[in-house]
Amino acid sequence: MTSALLFACVGAILFALGLAGVALIGHLLRRIFAFNVMGSGTFLILVGLAQRHGSADPVPQAMVLTGIVVAVAATALALALTRRLHALTGKLELPADEP
Amino acid sequence: MTSSELLPIALLMSSLLPGLVIFALPEGWVALRTTLNLFGAVAKLALVALLLLGVAAGQEYGVRFAVLPGLDLAFKADALGLLFISLSAVLWLFTTLYAIGYLEGAPHRSRFFGFFSLCVTATVGIAMAANLFTFFIFYELLTLATFPLVVHRGTEKAMRGGTIYLAYTLVGGAALLTGIVWLHHLLGHTEFAHGGIAAALGAEYAGQLTLIFVLLIAGVGVKAALVPLHGWLPQAMVAPAPVSALLHAVAVVKAGAFGIVRIVYEVFGIEFAQSLELLAPLAMLAAVTIIWGSFRALFQDDLKKRLAYSTISQVSYIVLGVALFGPLGTVGGLVHLVHQGIMKITLFFCAGNYAETLGIHKVSEMNGAGRRMPLTTLAFSIGALGMMGAPLTAGAISKAWLSDGATAAGMDWAIWVLWTSSFLNAAYFLPILWRAWFRPAPNAWPEEQILRRGWRETAWLLLLPPLATAIMTIAAGTLAETPGSPLEWAKLIADQEYLTWSP
Amino acid sequence: MIGLILLPLVWASLAFVLGPGRGKWLAIAGLSAQTWFAFDLAQQISAGKAAIGHQVGGWGAPLGIDLAADGLSSAMLLLTQCVALPLAIYASAYYKRDDAAGAYFWPLMGFLIAGLNALFVSADFFNIYVTLELVGLAAVGLVAAGGGAQQIAAALRYLFATLVGSGLYLLGVALLYGAYGTVSIESVSLLVTAEAPRMVWIAFGLMVLGLMLKTALFPFHYWLPPAHGGSPAPVSALLSALVVKASFYLMLRLWIGPFAPLVAAAPWLAWGPAALGTLAIFWGSWQAIRTPRLKMLIAYSTVAQLGYLFLIFPLLNGPGAIQAGVMQAFAHGLAKAAMFVAAGVFIKATGQDTVAGLAGAVNRLPITLFAFGLAGVTLMGLPPSAGFLAKWQLIEAALNQGHWWLVLVVLSGGLLAAVYVFRVLRQAFLLAPVDTPVLPFTPVPRTLEWTAFALALTSVLLGLRGVELMRLIQAVGAVA
Repeated sequence: MTSALLFACVGAILFALGLAGVALIGHLLRRIFAFNVMGSGTFLILVGLAQRHGSADPVPQAMVLTGIVVAVAATALALALTRRLHALTGKLELPADEP
Repeated sequence: MTSSELLPIALLMSSLLPGLVIFALPEGWVALRTTLNLFGAVAKLALVALLLLGVAAGQEYGVRFAVLPGLDLAFKADALGLLFISLSAVLWLFTTLYAIGYLEGAPHRSRFFGFFSLCVTATVGIAMAANLFTFFIFYELLTLATFPLVVHRGTEKAMRGGTIYLAYTLVGGAALLTGIVWLHHLLGHTEFAHGGIAAALGAEYAGQLTLIFVLLIAGVGVKAALVPLHGWLPQAMVAPAPVSALLHAVAVVKAGAFGIVRIVYEVFGIEFAQSLELLAPLAMLAAVTIIWGSFRALFQDDLKKRLAYSTISQVSYIVLGVALFGPLGTVGGLVHLVHQGIMKITLFFCAGNYAETLGIHKVSEMNGAGRRMPLTTLAFSIGALGMMGAPLTAGAISKAWLSDGATAAGMDWAIWVLWTSSFLNAAYFLPILWRAWFRPAPNAWPEEQILRRGWRETAWLLLLPPLATAIMTIAAGTLAETPGSPLEWAKLIADQEYLTWSP
Repeated sequence: MIGLILLPLVWASLAFVLGPGRGKWLAIAGLSAQTWFAFDLAQQISAGKAAIGHQVGGWGAPLGIDLAADGLSSAMLLLTQCVALPLAIYASAYYKRDDAAGAYFWPLMGFLIAGLNALFVSADFFNIYVTLELVGLAAVGLVAAGGGAQQIAAALRYLFATLVGSGLYLLGVALLYGAYGTVSIESVSLLVTAEAPRMVWIAFGLMVLGLMLKTALFPFHYWLPPAHGGSPAPVSALLSALVVKASFYLMLRLWIGPFAPLVAAAPWLAWGPAALGTLAIFWGSWQAIRTPRLKMLIAYSTVAQLGYLFLIFPLLNGPGAIQAGVMQAFAHGLAKAAMFVAAGVFIKATGQDTVAGLAGAVNRLPITLFAFGLAGVTLMGLPPSAGFLAKWQLIEAALNQGHWWLVLVVLSGGLLAAVYVFRVLRQAFLLAPVDTPVLPFTPVPRTLEWTAFALALTSVLLGLRGVELMRLIQAVGAVA
C-alpha cells in the first residue's frame, strides 16, 4: 500500500466518521469536534496527494493551509454561537424543530 | 414611432395612466378623481373614434415589441378587435358615470377606481392582442385586476366569492397557457390571422390540434361561463353593482366570448375547425349552456343572481353563433356580442338602482317598483324585452341571424334551442315586469335610501346610464341596417374570416 | 471585474472599523458603484466579448487565482447587485440606531456580497470553495445577529448544514485534484471524458450533493425555513434571494461545464434533481399553505420555488433550459426579496408575524400590499412578470423534449403558489371584525414601502422585456 493510498483511506474514514458525527450527534460541542474531524479527513487526503509523485506538490499544501484557516474561522463561529445558545437556554443541544 | 404605432399604445395608456394616478390619490380628493376617471373614459372614446375612422379608410394600426427572442408583445387594430374595443369604450364611459353615482360616499373609492381602470386596460389589451401570447398576458391581467373589485366590500361573503372566482379563472388560465405554449411549440408563433394559422400543420397533427382546441376553449370558457365552468359567475354577484355590470357586459364574460371567437376564427380558422369536426361539439356545449342557464334563472329570487344565470345563457348565444358554420351564424354570434352587452348592462344598472334607491335585492320585493321608479323600470323592461328577442330590440336582430345561421349550417336543432331559451327568458323576465308595473307597492320599501324628487326617482348619475343603454338597445334594433351599426360591422368581419366560402 | 470583489471588501472592512451600526452610507455608495460595474461588464459581454478573464495580481494558474466572467456569471452578478442595492437602502431605514440586530449588519453584508461576487467569477474549483465558505459564514453571522435562542439555534442549524455542504464539496475537489492534478475548471473540462476514473464520478457526486445541501433542495431543506423565517427581514431577503442562488449557479456550472461528459454518459442522473425539485415544489407549497406565520410562509415558498430551478436539469440537452433557469433565478430573486421586504414592513407595523394579523392591511399599507401582490404574481408565474416568462420558457423547453409531466408539475406549482399568495392577499382585504380591539399600528418609514415596491415592480417589468437578459446569457463558454 502506497503512502498516498494509506493517507487517502484514513482520510476517507475520518471524513465519513466526522460526517456521521455532525449529522447524528446532538451535543453541540461534539458536533463541532466532528466537523473538525471531517475537515481533517479531507486535509489528510490532500496531504497524501501532495507527496504522491516524490517531490512535494505545493498546490495541495496551499489548499490544506487555506482549508485550515477556513475551518478555524468556522469553528470559532460555531463555538461563539454555541456559547451564546448556552447562555440563553442553558442547554448544549439544538432545540427540537418548531411546528 | 409612427402614428399607426402610437394609437394602440395611447389607447392602452388612456385608462392605465389615470388608473395609476388614481391609486395614489387620497380618499378625499373626489373632484380630481372624478375628473381623471371621466377624462380617461372620454379620451378613450375619442381615440377609438380615431381608430375607427382610420381603419375604415384602410389604414393599418399595429405595434410590436420583443419580450423574448421569438416572442413578441403585439397589438393590432382590426375589425374584430375594434368591435370589442368600441363596445368596451362606450360602455366603460357609462359604467364610470354609474359607478361614481353608485359609490358616492362609499369607502376606498381610490382603490376601486384604480383597479377599475386596470380592468379596462386589460380589456383593451385583450381586444387589440395580435397573437395568443399577448392575449394571454392581458387575459390573466384581467383576472388579477378584477379580484380586488369582487372582494371590494371586504366581507366574508365577498372573500368567498373572490376565492371561488380565482379558483376557476386560475385553473382555466393554466389550461389556456398549456394550449398556447403547445401551439407555439408546434407552429413557432401564435399570430392571429384571417382564416386561422393551424391549417399550416399537416394532417398528422389532427389529434394534437384537437387537444389544443379543447385546452384553449376550456381556458377561455371559464370566463365565458360555459357549462360546466360557469360556477364562479353567480358567486361573483357579491360584488357591487357597477362591478357586476362591468364584469357581465363589458369585461370578463365578453373577454371569454371574444377569446372563443379569436380562437375559432383566427387561430384555427372556421373552415379548418369544421374539417377537424370541432364545431359540432362546441355548438352542443353552447346549447346546453343556453338551456341550463335559462333554466336555473327561473328559480332565483335574488335579482342579480337571476341576471347572472341569464348572462350565462346569453353569452353562449355568441358561442353558438361562432360554432354554426357559415357566415350567417358568424354574423349572429358577433352581433350578439355587442347587443347582449348593451342589453345586459342596462339590466344590471337597473338592478343596482333598485338596490341603492329602495333596498330591493329580490324579485319578490319588486311589487309596484314601476310606479315608484318608472324610468328605471322602463329601461329594465326594454332590456328584458331585448333578452326575449322582442321586435324592435337588438335581441331580435341577433336571434334572427342566429336562426338563419342554424338553418344554413344544417343544425336545425339549434333553432329549437333558441326558441326554448326565448320562452324561458320570457318565463323569468315577464313576472318581474308584471310585478313592477301591475302589482301594488308595499307600504314600505326594504330600505329607501334615495327619496323621490319630482320626476327624479333616483340620483341622475344612476338614471342616465341605463336610460342611455336602453335607447341604444332600441337603436341597435331599429337602425340595424344603417352603415356603422354593429350588424353591418359583423357582416364585414364575417366576410374576412371565410376564405373559401361561396354562398 | 476585480472591483466587484475588492470594493465590497473595502467598504465592509471600513464599516466594521467604524463601529456597530455604522456604515450604511458606505454600503449604499459602494453598492451603487458595484451595480454600475455589473452593468458595464454585462454590456461588454453582450457586445461580443464572449468571456472576460482576469488574473489576480498578475499570477496565472496553477498558483495564482484566475477569474473569468461569461454571460451566465455576468447575469448572476447583475442579479446580485440589483437586489443588494435596494436591500441596502431598505436595511438603512429598517435598523434603528442602537438596534442590536443591526450592529454588524453592514460589514457582514459586505463580506457576503464580496463572497458572492467572487463566487460567480471564480475559474478554479478551490477558489470556489473559499468563496462558498465566505458566503456561508457571512450568512450565518447575519442570521444569528442580535437574536434570541430561536434565532441562534436556526443559525447553528444553518451553520452545520453549510459546513457539511462545503465539506463535501471540498472532498470532491480533493478527489478531482487526485485524478487530474489541476483545479482549474477549464483544464478539467478538457480532461474529463465519459471514461473518467471512478474517483471523478465520486467527486462529481460529492460536489453535487454538497451543493444541493446548500441550495436547500428537498430533502436537504430542513435548515432553510427556521433560518429564513426567523431572521430580520433584510437578512431573510438576502438569503432567499441571493445566497441559495449561488450554490444553484455552481451546480449548473458543473453540470454543463466540466462534468458534461459524465452527464452525457448517464443521462438518467438528471432526473435526480428534477424529481427532488418536484417534491420540493409540492412539499414547500403545502407547508406554505398551512403555516400561520407570515415569514415562514415566504420561507417555505422559497423551498418550493427553488424546486423549479432543478427542473431544468433533464432539459439541458435541448435549447431554452438555461434561459429558463436564469429567468427563474432572476424572477425569484427579485420577487422573494420584495416579499420579505414587504413582510418586514407588515411585521414592523402590526408588531406580529402572523398571516391573521394582516386583516385590513389593504387600507393601512396599500403600497406594501401592492408590492406583495406584484411579487406574488411573479411567483405564481402569472403575466406580466418575469416569473411568467420563466414558466413559459420552462414549459416550452419541456415540450421540446416531450417531458409532459414536467409541464404538469410547473402548472401545479403555479396553482399551489396562488393558494398561498392569495391566502395573504385575502386576509389583507378582509375587513377587520368590528368587535376586535384595534391593534396598535406603528407607522413605517416610507423608504421601506417603496423599496418593496421597486423590487416587485422590477420583477414585473423584466417580464415585459427579457430580450437583453437572454442575449447576455447566450455567451456561455470558455474564457478567451
